[in-house]
Amino acid sequence: MFKDIEHLIRLAVVIAILLAVFVLLRAAVVPKSFGEYGHYRGTAIAEIAARTPAFAGHDVCEACHTDVVDQKRLGRHANVPCEACHGAQGKHADDPSSVKPQLPDTAVICARCHEANSAKPKGFPQVVSADHSGGLACNTCHKPHRPKIEDEKETKAANTKPAGGKK
Amino acid sequence: MDITRRRLLILLPAAAVAWKYVQAGTPEVSPNYKMTEHWWGMLIDIPKCIGCGSCVRACSEENDVPDGYFRTWIERYHVSDWKIERPEVESPDGGKQGFPPNEISDGKNFFVPKLCNHCADSPCTQVCPVGATFVSPDGVVLVDKNYCLGCRYCVQACPYGCRFINPKTNTAEKCSLCYHRITKGLTTACCEVCPTGARQLSDLKNPKDPIHEFLRTHNVQVLKPHMATGAKVFYNGMDGSVR
Amino acid sequence: MQIPVEGFMYPNEVELQWSVLIVLYPFITGLVAGAFILASLERVFRVEAVKPTYRLALLTALAFLLVAPLPLQLHLGHPERSLEMYLTPHRSSAMAMFGFVYLWYLMAVLLLEIWLDYRRDIVLKSQSTSGVVRLIYRLLTFGSSNISERSLRIDDRVGYFITLIGIPSAFLLHGYVGFIFGSIKANPWWSTPLMPIVFIFSAMVSGIAAVMLLYMLSTRLRGKPLDIRCVDKIAQYLMYTFIIDFSLEMLDLIQRIYEADESFRSLDFMVHTRLWKSQVIVQILLGTVTPIALLGLTQILKLSEIARKRIYALAGSLTVVGIFAMRWNVVIGGQLFSKSFLGYTTYKMSFATREGLLTAIVLMLLPFAILWVLVKLLPPWPDARAISASGTAPAHGTS
Repeated sequence: MFKDIEHLIRLAVVIAILLAVFVLLRAAVVPKSFGEYGHYRGTAIAEIAARTPAFAGHDVCEACHTDVVDQKRLGRHANVPCEACHGAQGKHADDPSSVKPQLPDTAVICARCHEANSAKPKGFPQVVSADHSGGLACNTCHKPHRPKIEDEKETKAANTKPAGGKK
Repeated sequence: MDITRRRLLILLPAAAVAWKYVQAGTPEVSPNYKMTEHWWGMLIDIPKCIGCGSCVRACSEENDVPDGYFRTWIERYHVSDWKIERPEVESPDGGKQGFPPNEISDGKNFFVPKLCNHCADSPCTQVCPVGATFVSPDGVVLVDKNYCLGCRYCVQACPYGCRFINPKTNTAEKCSLCYHRITKGLTTACCEVCPTGARQLSDLKNPKDPIHEFLRTHNVQVLKPHMATGAKVFYNGMDGSVR
Repeated sequence: MQIPVEGFMYPNEVELQWSVLIVLYPFITGLVAGAFILASLERVFRVEAVKPTYRLALLTALAFLLVAPLPLQLHLGHPERSLEMYLTPHRSSAMAMFGFVYLWYLMAVLLLEIWLDYRRDIVLKSQSTSGVVRLIYRLLTFGSSNISERSLRIDDRVGYFITLIGIPSAFLLHGYVGFIFGSIKANPWWSTPLMPIVFIFSAMVSGIAAVMLLYMLSTRLRGKPLDIRCVDKIAQYLMYTFIIDFSLEMLDLIQRIYEADESFRSLDFMVHTRLWKSQVIVQILLGTVTPIALLGLTQILKLSEIARKRIYALAGSLTVVGIFAMRWNVVIGGQLFSKSFLGYTTYKMSFATREGLLTAIVLMLLPFAILWVLVKLLPPWPDARAISASGTAPAHGTS
């Protein structure tokens, strides 16, 4: 009866074995956390979250540099976050004594925001630096933490100390 | 100056401890962060953007983005008079070094920062053949670089051009909304450094987030709404020419 | 490396994602599906005339099917992870489902059909050969050398049933490749519901043309007389399928031009510049209109056998080139324009790199090498079959 379909039965057995191997392999190889939240490795979320931030965030800066905060609060840069100009300071926050931040070059850093450009919002303070300062570094006249020059005089009168943070 | 320095020395260890604590947190492990309590998005206030490129540089540094690829970038638009279907757009090096001055007198000029829209119905996660990219329970579209095949199908499927293949890892990469920061209570690197507050991280599940009041009182759009991707990056004051 | 850009591209779009290898992939699967459909014609629709190509078509399909995943593998950033497609397939991904369609088609349809059809030959060979070759044949018999009349009749019936399943499977295989592109809503050059259908018909066109050419070439190489009745019939099918394929593509084109949606201006400019040679000249004029016209000539005029043979060879070759150009224009063309519709990038094909021209050429030659081995192992020639038939078995086919 089955003699003439023996070869087909043999083939079916081979296919069944292959399928079984696949099912076993799948059970063994698929990461345990796969499907925990959806169709992905659940542990991937923790892996991505575990990276160390490079930017410390202004709250961390302000915990120590209260003098600068006091300066900034009075001027138009009050809401400009520290690392916008000073760059990523996570390493400095991590080890403040051995990792020292570099002082930014005002000629470059100020121009990025304040160089005139017709696409910038109309009310935003802009200058053509070549006409405005003739190549002088901005901090020759302006103190970056409290940029308005009149403010500068007031600060001097009040503190009898130069503003503008550490040198 | 001396007083300041002394104060600093006293405060330093405390700050370092606080920073260490910030660094240590991981979701579901840290008691402070519960994925189910958040639904992240971002608000971009176009009239505030000055095209300084701080966000692009910060993103690149924070996430070690290879040169020539962008998790976020800035475009400068120029629309002359009524030709809103034909804007002139440029993005030299993604706006990383800001934009050269342009003194065009006619028409409108403005900047548009771009990043992953963290779509709720994201076309990129839909097409991933293996589940290497996904919308996390807190609404962030993430890539599992240890599982990604590098087939590039997701790059093709993103209508906004937000994805690329990182030549170092050969896997898909994109904005993670600084997931390693926002789960530790920090804001994203781009929002952290934005000098004018043109970018704001928003938690749509948090009723106290100012985004809700903002959305109520402003005309806000998403990019390519006809794509129906459920984009969660909201643009305030966006011109109709932006695509 | 600086890639020339015209207008504005989103910065991440400048680099093309899918290279010439991804052009090969739909081209090769298309040849598979087309060759199989030609083989099925004979078996299911009982077209006696094309019978000489039945086995050759099956082996051609197998040879190309075995190569089909290679360009994908070479293209992956992490080929070692490709098994994830089968382990954790994402149900909403067309690409993940393609893995299963491929396996189904390879394992359940093509291999089974070839095995059932050749089983008698395999058993006879396992008894008449020696050494390693014998071992291969022995393995292929799965240890059963029963070739009684009844068992062969059962094989034939099962084979017929598999061919019945096989036709929709071949459609599924290549329709799915079309869907991989057609379902990307972000890309207006790809996103059309016609894409799977156009892919299926162009697959049939390329497969039929390829088998016709292979049949003509192989009879010539073997110094045997060409069955011109068979080639006439195949050429006729080629023309009809081609006309349907061309109509569908024109339908798509006319719809795009008439609707002229937001993407139209950008795509139209692309076709007139960057794709002009590959799309208008090679694909449409040389690769579609010319072969259809040539094939039409053979239908209208009473040409000599020699003239017909030459026209078929020319038309067949142009067809294969035209379909390759079509794949190129879909895959590469779909990546040359910006999704902002404001600019264009350039595809620079490298030569001796992982995804370069050299790899593409090797991958295109590989199926012929495999086919050569297959032909040695399992001779598809009708005359060979007649010789080896000892009269105990029934003639092949249900007809």
